Amino acid sequence: MTSEQSSFSFNPSRLKRDPKSPRTLLGLIMTAIAGLFTLLAVIPLGFVLYYILIKGFSSINLQSFTQLPPPPMVENQGGFGNALLGTMIMVGIATLISVPIGVMTAIYLSEFSAGSKVAEWVRFATNVLSGVPSIIIGVFAYGILVINPIPWFYRGYSAWAGGFALALLMLPTIIRATEEALKLVPREVRWASVGVGANDYQTVLQVVLPAAIPAIVTGVTLGVARAAGETAPLLFTALNTQFWPNWDEWLFEPTASLSVLVYNFATVPFENQNEIAFAAALVLVLFVLITNIVARVVTSRETY
Amino acid sequence: MSFTQDNSSDSIQPRSLKERRFDQTFKGLARFFAFLIAAILLAIALLVTIRAWPAIAEYHLGFLFKSTWKPNDPPDFGVLPAIYGTIVSSMLALAISVPIGLGIAIFLSEDYLPTKVQRILVFLVELLAAIPSVLYGLWGIFVLIPFLKEITPLRGPAMLPAALILAIMTLPIIAALSRDALSNVPLELRQASVGLGATRWETIFFIILPAASSGIIGGIMLALGRALGETMAATMLIGNNNTEIDFSIFEPSNTIASLLANQFAEASGLQVSALMYAGLILFILTLCVNILAELLVKRLQKI
Repeated sequence: MTSEQSSFSFNPSRLKRDPKSPRTLLGLIMTAIAGLFTLLAVIPLGFVLYYILIKGFSSINLQSFTQLPPPPMVENQGGFGNALLGTMIMVGIATLISVPIGVMTAIYLSEFSAGSKVAEWVRFATNVLSGVPSIIIGVFAYGILVINPIPWFYRGYSAWAGGFALALLMLPTIIRATEEALKLVPREVRWASVGVGANDYQTVLQVVLPAAIPAIVTGVTLGVARAAGETAPLLFTALNTQFWPNWDEWLFEPTASLSVLVYNFATVPFENQNEIAFAAALVLVLFVLITNIVARVVTSRETY
Repeated sequence: MSFTQDNSSDSIQPRSLKERRFDQTFKGLARFFAFLIAAILLAIALLVTIRAWPAIAEYHLGFLFKSTWKPNDPPDFGVLPAIYGTIVSSMLALAISVPIGLGIAIFLSEDYLPTKVQRILVFLVELLAAIPSVLYGLWGIFVLIPFLKEITPLRGPAMLPAALILAIMTLPIIAALSRDALSNVPLELRQASVGLGATRWETIFFIILPAASSGIIGGIMLALGRALGETMAATMLIGNNNTEIDFSIFEPSNTIASLLANQFAEASGLQVSALMYAGLILFILTLCVNILAELLVKRLQKI
């Protein structure tokens, strides 16, 4: 043993950090690297946003929203009106399907399943479902709604099949957001409601759910933003079209969407179509940016 | 007994049958929808398997080890190149995003920065995950590939740009989940370590990272699952080479997801089954990875 270790005399200078010791230097270097990595992650975000915003703004105008996609090599005309409408239709269908199912599932998980094993499994299934690649969800929708043996369902490429696929993709997001929102409502509120004689459903529907609504709406909006940008499951469920919906059967015919339009027009060698792709990309990016920022602001305000 | 009934005022009455029925129905409905979620997962597995069956019966497991993709006269299918591309592109992506993501997680969970700045950076990193993948593909085609062409032997869409974009897309998952894992480590562990004279980074390396490891590995697995199944960015950037394996990262390759994205809309007959078979392989692959990730992340929550 060295004399240093055996002596108990207090030496304050030994507690000071030596600025030149390898341990301090290593720490500094690691800190610098970690900081650099953080910067490195924000850079591509900046590049992607900057490029899409600049290119998008230079090719967007009023007719972008009202006209049909142009054929190749035609200059100065055309837009993505039908794709914008198609995206709204399909995301609308998806929201109509997934919100009731998602909210009810979350109500079951947070209100009626205290400590049960079944709830654990449902939660597990929700997480696994959110990890299923979107293209597989598309394959599933294709398998039951596009080439389908079930006789009473419409079969073929359709807005309905696309909306169904998007609904499955939104479900986990909505379930999780709603469950989190319901959990934030204090238990005392439920006790108070039951204490004045309310039934379980009254407590849930008239007291707990309204209190959680802002957070649920935020979650749903983020789900909508995600669904609006989803492309893979629409490639072979809604397919695509160059035309406006035919209002007699708009649910049951191939339907254009912004994301598929971006994919198609980004991968062709025609400059006018590339420009429409950037204009459509701008709409998607702005939608994602605005919803995320608004969601951030809303959730930072607590309801209870 | 009668005492309580007599004494109860008009306002407290036993619930009517109708009300109780409604209550039961509401609860039953909630439970039904909850079970539906699990049922959907089973339905996906079942349906894809049934649809893939003709191809499974035709090619058996040889499908996984064959490098042909001929839809016509006579049709012959094998997905080895796509499996190779799926795994290699994901691994390359993770090789980039794991160290960077961990660095971010450490930097944003320690108190290097004022809370406000930290929160903004966290938001920006999360925003990376919110941008639709088709937009990354668009950016990759018009910016990343031309840029890489200048500085590498790249000639067009190939493995390298796809892997780089996948790295950007998996980064926020790793960063966010690792950060959760790191901030879940009890403060006492850190205090004890610092009290014994360890520096901040010694504490991070020897105490905090090991304690958070199951959550971090879970996050990496989730990112892997995402990279394996990511479709649009890969389809737009990888070059979609169906028939051969090229080991150079500067040459076109393919992934299972891109194969599906490219071919489903025009497929017919046995090709549909073959694509379903490929989809089934991807589904099983991502399912295993995701379930493992779930279990790891769950273990973390029990600490």
